[in-house]
Amino acid sequence: MNNSELYNYTLRLADNALILGQRLSELCSKGPFLEEDLAQTNIALDYIGRAQSLYNYAAQLSGKPLSEDELAYRRAENNYYNVLLVEQPDEDFAHTIARQFFYSVADCLFYAELTKSKNETLASIAKKVIKESKYHLNHSSDWVKRLGGGTELSHEKMQNAVNALWMYTDELFEIDDIEHKLIKEGVAVNSSNHKSLWLAEVTEVFKEAGLSVPENNFMMTGGRSGNHSEHFGHLLSELQYLQRAYPDATW
Amino acid sequence: MVNTKLNSNHVFNLISEIPDPEIPVLTIKDLGILRDVKWMDNSYQIDITPTYTACPAIPFISDEIKRILNDYGIQNYKLSVVYEPAWSTDLLTTEAKLKLKQYGIAPPMHTSCAKKLDASKQVQCPRCNSHKTTLLSQFGSTACKALYTCKSCKEVFDYFKCH
Repeated sequence: MNNSELYNYTLRLADNALILGQRLSELCSKGPFLEEDLAQTNIALDYIGRAQSLYNYAAQLSGKPLSEDELAYRRAENNYYNVLLVEQPDEDFAHTIARQFFYSVADCLFYAELTKSKNETLASIAKKVIKESKYHLNHSSDWVKRLGGGTELSHEKMQNAVNALWMYTDELFEIDDIEHKLIKEGVAVNSSNHKSLWLAEVTEVFKEAGLSVPENNFMMTGGRSGNHSEHFGHLLSELQYLQRAYPDATW
Repeated sequence: MVNTKLNSNHVFNLISEIPDPEIPVLTIKDLGILRDVKWMDNSYQIDITPTYTACPAIPFISDEIKRILNDYGIQNYKLSVVYEPAWSTDLLTTEAKLKLKQYGIAPPMHTSCAKKLDASKQVQCPRCNSHKTTLLSQFGSTACKALYTCKSCKEVFDYFKCH
């Protein structure tokens, strides 16, 4: 395959979208109230749509007769390259919001930049995606402020979730040889440049929410190279069940 | 039925009246989903664009297009889903916005009015025209709508989000 870097790059973007979409879909009918249930599943749908267009492109790049479903549903755990943050479970609503907020701030920075990619397909997907990402960021930062500045209990839960997920945030800005090569070609985004912007934006919202930025600097890594947390296998067992039990099933 | 070559405008018109499955008062032409029909390399190139990346209406609309073309005996066509330029609510015509309002959905404002996305504060109630409305949820019954309440007539209504 001539395009192996581009294929891997696209796959990482698709995996982030699919796995976060799956996590949010798990909340369907379990939201804290009806409007919020709809909001979470709407956001989930945005990510699944994004994953579909990216897998579709990855399948074309693979040079094999692969379908987008094969990429989404029939790979083994260590062949998924999403960041660890998106696979973290919904311990409580504050965790869902913290995960979404951390991800959305980075996601908006990333896709705004990807719209300028020299790769036309990725740029056109990015132009579509960025509009949706802004809604996700609005929604999650509103909730961070409401919970952080709410009751004593909501504040405590929000701060706990922030502390628990903080160690997964550094991976959002990692780049490796795949990105280095594609950045040179004007295709990939240099997300390592976004870390300080991200931190500034998060700090700003935290200030308004009365939350503190964790001082813990221990950071987890591994998802982007296929080393996942123990939650991931459980997530996949549900995600992949239908395609494993009934390969090529269609509606 | 018809085997002589139709010009691409004619083909455009044949499929332009397909209603959107979620907002049936609007056609795919009104919404800007049907982008273009061109005659290229001995076939009709038909471009459609999704409103949102996960727009569940695209498979339905594609099937409708295929069904209509098949009824007219048209076999030589290629149907593509294009992403660029990205769909925007600014593509909705004034007539389309009026139709939305009459259907009970507040039409989207121009994107230039909502630099900050949640700033759609001047949404007008489609029932009583009051501007005293509040946002209930940014995400409504479908991806393209938000949920509002009117403080004057106390009704809940959908707002077609500016996108």
